Amino acid sequence: MAASHAGLQIVTPFTPSPILVALDSVGKTFANGVTALANVSIGIASGEFLSLLGPSGCGKSTALRIIAGLIEPTAGRVTWADSTDADHRSQIGFVFQEPTLMPWATVAENVWLPLRLRGLTKRDARDRIAESLALVGMSDFARAYPHELSGGMKMRVSIARALTLRPRLLLMDEPFAALDELTRFRLNDDLQKLRRQLGCTVVFVTHSVFESVYLSDRIAVMSARPGCIVAEVRIEETGDRDVNFRTSALYAQLCRDVSRLLAGSDAMEPL
Amino acid sequence: MMSAQPSKLASSRSRGQTVLRIAMPLGILLLAIAGWEAYVQIAAVPPYILPAPVLVARTMMADWPLLWASLLVTLETTILGLCLAVIGGVALAILFSLSRVVEYSLYPLAVVLQVTPVIAIAPLLLIYLPQDVAVLACAWIVAFFPVLSNTMLGLQSVDRNLLGLFELYGTTPAPGAFAQLRSRARALWILRRPAALPAFMAGLRIATGLSLIGAVVAEMAAGSAGAGSGLAYRMIESQYRLNIPRLFAALVLLAIVGVILFLVMAAISHLALRRWHESESGRER
Ligand SMILES: Nc1ncnc2c1ncn2[C@@H]1O[C@H](COP(=O)(O)OP(=O)(O)OP(=O)(O)O)[C@@H](O)[C@H]1O
Ligand SMILES: [Mg+2]
Repeated sequence: MAASHAGLQIVTPFTPSPILVALDSVGKTFANGVTALANVSIGIASGEFLSLLGPSGCGKSTALRIIAGLIEPTAGRVTWADSTDADHRSQIGFVFQEPTLMPWATVAENVWLPLRLRGLTKRDARDRIAESLALVGMSDFARAYPHELSGGMKMRVSIARALTLRPRLLLMDEPFAALDELTRFRLNDDLQKLRRQLGCTVVFVTHSVFESVYLSDRIAVMSARPGCIVAEVRIEETGDRDVNFRTSALYAQLCRDVSRLLAGSDAMEPL
Repeated sequence: MMSAQPSKLASSRSRGQTVLRIAMPLGILLLAIAGWEAYVQIAAVPPYILPAPVLVARTMMADWPLLWASLLVTLETTILGLCLAVIGGVALAILFSLSRVVEYSLYPLAVVLQVTPVIAIAPLLLIYLPQDVAVLACAWIVAFFPVLSNTMLGLQSVDRNLLGLFELYGTTPAPGAFAQLRSRARALWILRRPAALPAFMAGLRIATGLSLIGAVVAEMAAGSAGAGSGLAYRMIESQYRLNIPRLFAALVLLAIVGVILFLVMAAISHLALRRWHESESGRER
């Protein structure tokens, strides 16, 4: 199985360091008896871009929600590295598959929400809101309402909202799945830039092999229900992730390998 | 700019459409009235069976002081009943959204109140309550439920993920019951209240029509008992006296009141939602 092209390295239990947050034999069985996750163990390294790649329904969203602490795992546990009792939630930014904006509020008010919940008035938050909107290139639309924006613009606002608290960990649940390809490429590039600029750790859920290869430092391939991680792929030394990379032979090779892993994920034994 | 011309065109087209949408039903209404007048004249129908529109109009003018006073009575009952329904319905919906226990124990009773035909309750209310209060209670009972159920629906219609964000960024998850209530109240204010507005407005529109119906039904039930002075009472009275033209005049006024109330509610809903909701933003598809 172990392929050895430049840049691709398939690793058995791999844990880069230093770890920001770790899942330890995490499992989740819902009240209705559905086991969404079984025995998932992975460490998320500080500063890395990790993709969770898997077929629909394999528990990717569930895993993300567990990391965010929105649902409790029924087995195993989630440990944060600097495990003071400080609230980890404030260090998390969450971007959903849908933009999930409040339709009655302007773009600026939507971005204000996390700050508002932290007790900041709109005036106090003004600079932070402007900053976040500038990061995603939406400064000109602060007063617009969501229904006046395109899908890609809404997604940008959603990302801006996730960034307002300057999270250490950005969790993204198939954020670009509903967008057309051109918009998705543009947002992929912008996400790269943002991440370099802010230096935050990203866990990115997707079912697109191409997207995961393009963006990630590491890809965790998941199997269908009950979801577990069947392979990890490290992608490094690729130089800049840009059009050149997207059209390179290396990229094609990586995509092919990851696709193969994904296709075989059902047959594979969990790591 | 490229966009200037088409948008001007589109707006003039949409204005033409608006005119058409008002003119068409009005034209058909006028046609129907003309046909009615013609039929009465040609077939020589006696006015105590079917009065001609012109006669109805004349009666309305002649009896205007009386009818106007009645109209105000009915209108007052309707609006007061509606206001009480809104206050009660919204308050209860909020209570339900804050506490499951309250919802489970009270909601079925509200449903029972709703499914019991109001016409069957009216005579009872008239026995136990002073007449004007009974009429008001009737209007309130029928208007109450649509406000309650629509507001409840609206309060629940918040995106689950938005609630997730609330959990994520909200105050530290303190376990206390009071803290929990506080965070719920916060989500209620910031998320559920605006999210519920469209459904609430829909409920309000339904409730307005129903409040008028409740008032009329109660007035009619009371009318046969004697006292009272609303429009519906005038109708019953005119019926006894075989003053059919006045009955029609009162009926027409009731219809006009209904239409005006409907338009007022549509305007309120438009003002409240136009900035962001699809149903009112008039965005071109
Ligand atoms: N609240 C819930 N109650 C019961 N079952 C659930 C719940 N949430 C998710 N599931 C089930 O858990 C499984 C995994 O769901 P999840 O949403 O995590 O998948 P996913 O990998 O994100 O899928 P997709 O790519 O389609 O978003 C699914 O079979 C789903 O039906
Ligand atoms: Mg999902």
